[in-house]
Formats: sequence, C-alpha cells, structure tokens
Amino acid sequence: MSAISDDIKNRILSLLPRYPRKQAVTLPALHLVHDEYRTVSNEHIVEIAQLLELHPSEVHDTMTFYEFFKHDDNKLGKTRLWVCRGLACHLRGAYELIEHCEGKLGVKCGETTSDGKITLEFAECIGACDGAPACLKDDRHVMNVSTERADQLIEELQR
Amino acid sequence: MSFESTLLARINKPNSAGLDGYSSDGGYNAFERALREKAPIDVITQVKDSGLRGRGGAGFPTGLKWTFLPKDHPGPIYLCINADESEPCTYNNRILMEKDPHQVLEGIMLACYAIKSECCYFYIRYEYGDAYRTLQAAIDECYAAGLLGKNIFNTGFNLDIYLHRGAGAYICGEETGLIESLEGKRAWPRIKPPFPAIEGAFRKPTIVNNVETMACVTQIMRRGIDWFKSLGVPPDPKNPRDAGSYGPKLYTIAGHVNEPKCVELPMGVTLRDLVEKHGGGVWKGRKAKTVNPGGLSMGFIDVNAPLKGEDGKTEYDIPLDFNGPGKVGCLGLGTAAITVVDDQTSMLDVLHNVCQFFSHESCGQCTPCREGTGWMLKITDRMRRGQGRQEDLDILVDVADRIGIMPGTTICGLSDGAGWPVKTAIRKFRKEFEDAVKTGKRSQYAKALQLAGAH
Ligand SMILES: Cc1cc2nc3c(=O)[nH]c(=O)nc-3n(C[C@H](O)[C@H](O)[C@H](O)COP(=O)(O)O)c2cc1C
Ligand code: SF4
Ligand code: FES
Repeated sequence: MSAISDDIKNRILSLLPRYPRKQAVTLPALHLVHDEYRTVSNEHIVEIAQLLELHPSEVHDTMTFYEFFKHDDNKLGKTRLWVCRGLACHLRGAYELIEHCEGKLGVKCGETTSDGKITLEFAECIGACDGAPACLKDDRHVMNVSTERADQLIEELQR
Repeated sequence: MSFESTLLARINKPNSAGLDGYSSDGGYNAFERALREKAPIDVITQVKDSGLRGRGGAGFPTGLKWTFLPKDHPGPIYLCINADESEPCTYNNRILMEKDPHQVLEGIMLACYAIKSECCYFYIRYEYGDAYRTLQAAIDECYAAGLLGKNIFNTGFNLDIYLHRGAGAYICGEETGLIESLEGKRAWPRIKPPFPAIEGAFRKPTIVNNVETMACVTQIMRRGIDWFKSLGVPPDPKNPRDAGSYGPKLYTIAGHVNEPKCVELPMGVTLRDLVEKHGGGVWKGRKAKTVNPGGLSMGFIDVNAPLKGEDGKTEYDIPLDFNGPGKVGCLGLGTAAITVVDDQTSMLDVLHNVCQFFSHESCGQCTPCREGTGWMLKITDRMRRGQGRQEDLDILVDVADRIGIMPGTTICGLSDGAGWPVKTAIRKFRKEFEDAVKTGKRSQYAKALQLAGAH
C-alpha cells in the first residue's frame, strides 16, 4: 500500500504543468503531504521522489533545509501554534509570551502536547508587527496576543 | 500640502480585494490600454523614465533592470515576484496583498507584457496564509474575466500567474535563493554573475521584482511619469550616481510606538515625523533611544546623536529616502520598515535578538557568514549573561566588518545585513555596552531560549 493517498498524489501531479521541471513541485508536494499526514516520513519522501522523477536524497535535501517539515515519528499536532520572537514582538513582550505558552502547555517550543492537539513553535518575524506580539495559528495571523488572549486561544484549540 | 494616498487608497473600502470594486475604480484600464495601444518597449520606457527604483531593499532602477534581458530572446522569460517579505519588522507587502491584490496583479500583467513574459511565479512566504488565499481568489477572478490565460483582450498576449509558497526561510527573499527554492532545491543563493536577467529561473532569463514595486508600476502606467516624479526626492546634484528617490512609499512602523501601522507617504519623510506624527509617538510617555530605519539589516541610528553640519538636528531627523540612512552609517533605506526602541530598553538585549535572527537564517554556504553570525550570537549571548569581556566589543565590530558582499567575502547580502546592526549598535552605543560588560549585569532574558540550528 502506498503511503500517499491517490487524492494527494493526483493533486501533486496536477501541479506539474505549471513548471518546466518536475523538481519545482518539491515544495508544493512537501506541503500537501505535510498538511495531510502531519509529518513527512521516509516512505513519503520515496513516493514524492517517484512522482517527480528525483532521487529520494534530493527531496530529503530540500526538505531538511527549511527545518519546517516534521519528519518520521515527530508529528505535528492538530494545530501548529507559532509565537513570534522577532524584534518588534520581543519589544512588546514576545519572550514572556513564549515562556507563558510553554508553561501553559507543558511543552517546549518544537514539541507537541501529549493529547496531540497543539504543536508549539517560535518563529522569526512573521510580518504582523503592527499587531505585536503576534502569533501564527497554522498559517493565520493572530495579532496583539496578550497572555490572557493566549490562554483563550489555547483553550479554544484544546477543545 | 496634503498628500493623497494611491497605493493604499483602496484598502479601507468594503471588499477591497474583489475584482468588481477594483474594476469600478478604474482597475485594469491601464493594462488594457497598454495591451491595445502600446508596444512592450513603451511600457519599459515609461517605467524607466518615472525613476521607479525597486522597493524590495536594494533600490535598483526597475525599468533599467528590465532592459538587461537579452534582446530578441526566443523565450521563455520569467517574472518572479518576491513576496518572501521576511526582513524583520517589515509588513508593507502583506497589506498590499491582503487588501488590494488586484493592484499588485495589474502591475505584474504590465511588467510581463513589457518584458515579454508569459509566465509569472509569485513566491510568497508560507506565513502569509491569508494573503495567499486572497491572491489565489483574485487570480481565479482574473482567469474567469479573461484578464489571465490565453489571448487576453484578443491581442494574442498570453499570461499565467502561479503562486508558490515558501517554507519559512528568510534566505528565500534573496533573489537567487528564491529561484533555487522555486526550482525545488535548497535555497542557496547563486554566485553572480550571471545575474537572473541573463540566467535565472530554470536557467532562463528572469526578472525578480518586489510586490510594492509592482503596485508602483500599476500607478505609473495609470497616472503617468509626472505624477510619480511630483513625489519624493530628486537626485542629489552633488552625487552623479544618485538616481533620486521618487514616488510614494509604504513605511511600516513597529516596536515601542503608540500606533504601529503601515503608512503611505512621499519618499523622504523624516524618521522623527514617522514616529512622532504617524506612529503616535513613543509609547508609555517615554523617549526613543534608537530606531532601526529599514529592516534589521540596515542597522541603527542614535536618536540623540547630532547630525554633522545641521544645527540642532540629530540622526532622528534623517529623511527616509534611498540616501538618508547611508548618511548616518546605516546600510540604506532597505524595506523602509522602522522599529523604535525606547530609552528603557537594553541595547544588548536588542542586539542579541538581532544576532539570533541572522545566525538562525544564514543559509550556511559561505564560511564567514555561517561562522560569523554564529559567533556574534555566542558573544552577545555571553555578554547578556554578564560574562562579557571588553575585547568582545572589538571582536564583534571586526567580525561585522569582515562578512558580506561589500567586503567581498560572501555570496549574498544576508551577511552584510548581519554585520550592519552589530557595528552600528556598538559604534553608536559603545558606552552602554562597555558599562554592561563592566557591571556584569545579567539580562532579564538570559535564560535558556533555545538556540536553533542554521538552515
Ligand atoms: C538576505 C536577503 C533577503 C531579501 N529579502 C527580500 C524580500 O523578502 N523581498 C524582496 O522583495 N526583496 C528581498 N531581497 C532583495 C532581493 O534580492 C531583490 O533585490 C529584490 O527582490 C528585487 O526586487 P525590486 O527590484 O523590485 O526591489 C532580499 C535580499 C537579501 C540579500
Ligand atoms: S552570505 Fe550567508 S546567507 Fe548568503 S549565501 Fe553566504 S552563507 Fe548563505
Ligand atoms: S517581529 Fe513579530 S511579527 Fe514582526
């Protein structure tokens, strides 16, 4: 049985006509797989490589460069919550916010809560400095995150 | 004189991102007119003669860059839009993409017509999910309305725009890093030359332009050269190499201000006016100590340092045009994103934060950058733990002076950007750093925030 579903495979293949080279679909394919399976396993890498006519090491090389994709058994939780630590956020309480979230969730940045609900991360400037300190809920900005707002947000995500 | 905004004119309208509203405000007329009435070279000439300089950081004249493409090339020629916007404390591209995506798309259409490209890759950082979805919806509307696709307006011109999402790496904003990332490889910037105009994406001639640059192209083709040149700052007559700083500019204000926001103003507003008038002043009734004038890579100004030859003025009074920040030792205008730091904040904590960023984001392929950013972080970290040595200050400046494309030791400008904040901070606030070393006071933040590996 293949690790990537036919649906995801078809979505990957549908992107090929956009680019003159198949390798250009590497990042889009990694995103599709990562979103769906919450990790990119070795089996996923091999199958992406087959679809794009690459060597698995090429996919692996690109994937690890970004330090964005979780690998093998290190799975993303249901929601990935990024707390910005960029300068504009730091000046408005980001380090305190990171510590607060780590305490509240009982995990360090990069880790997932044991119920699998939330993966906490720190981020470099996420381009939401007008709402500093800011967070990213998967790929959506949450602005002006006080510790109370963070508690609320976390409670919503734990439901 | 009151200034009427153009780039941001539509952002507060209801459904400002939709095609209907954009069209009823005259949207896509400039594109249609160009396609029907102008030759590609006329568009290039108009953009060139407007004096538009790229808004992505380097300020390279846009029309001139377009003329570097090989003549009579059989194609394909690509346009890559740089929406990586990861320069810390910068968010003006985000506002344009979220609130008025069609203004950006029209600029892309005009640019592609001008450079004879039928394919645009729009590289957008992953963190901009809302902008990504807004843009995709706008692009879908354009295909449905016949503004994209084959044989647009029956003129035989074809154009596709594809969004391509990044994966959280600053280096993908460097134009050749962007191209490598687009091609599906690690985002290692290429050695130049060849420049992308000769050999870019997929080894074909490629133009890389910023999002705001495209919005300016739309307005230049709509309102004309005279309008564009009526705003901003003409070339410095004493500097034959200055191309001027014309047009409106989006400035973002962040950090210790009462009202962090994005404002549009004619190029050349002073830092002081941006903070005090447009940003609502420094928060909590405090005073500003330093301002970063254009994204962290540009370095720092000292609000209280007198400006040479300008009575009563300080570095706070520099104009934010392409030349202003350079006059006080900063790298340049950068992204025109300003971050204000109040007088209660430790420069050492600020500098540590900056070093943390560059060490994390160095792509690692050049030794001086990989090692230099790593050591600058280790040294500032040691200093904020109260274990700094006086010689650390000279070591930091020495490292900062040596890394970069300007000293000639590295492939891309990330390392210049890593050095500039370090050397400007230490040169301008030396006494504060010396005192910090002397007293050995531990920063309140000197705990175990994890050090991440390099990309
Ligand atoms: C490390 C680094 C990061 C950069 N990041 C960006 C970016 O996020 N967006 C951008 O438009 N330009 C960025 N640039 C500048 C680009 O290399 C390039 O000059 C620019 O996209 C050209 O567009 P323009 O001429 O329209 O300004 C960066 C440069 C460097 C060295
Ligand atoms: S200067 Fe730094 S970021 Fe740029 S290519 Fe070299 S190592 Fe990579
Ligand atoms: S510094 Fe946090 S969003 Fe920019």
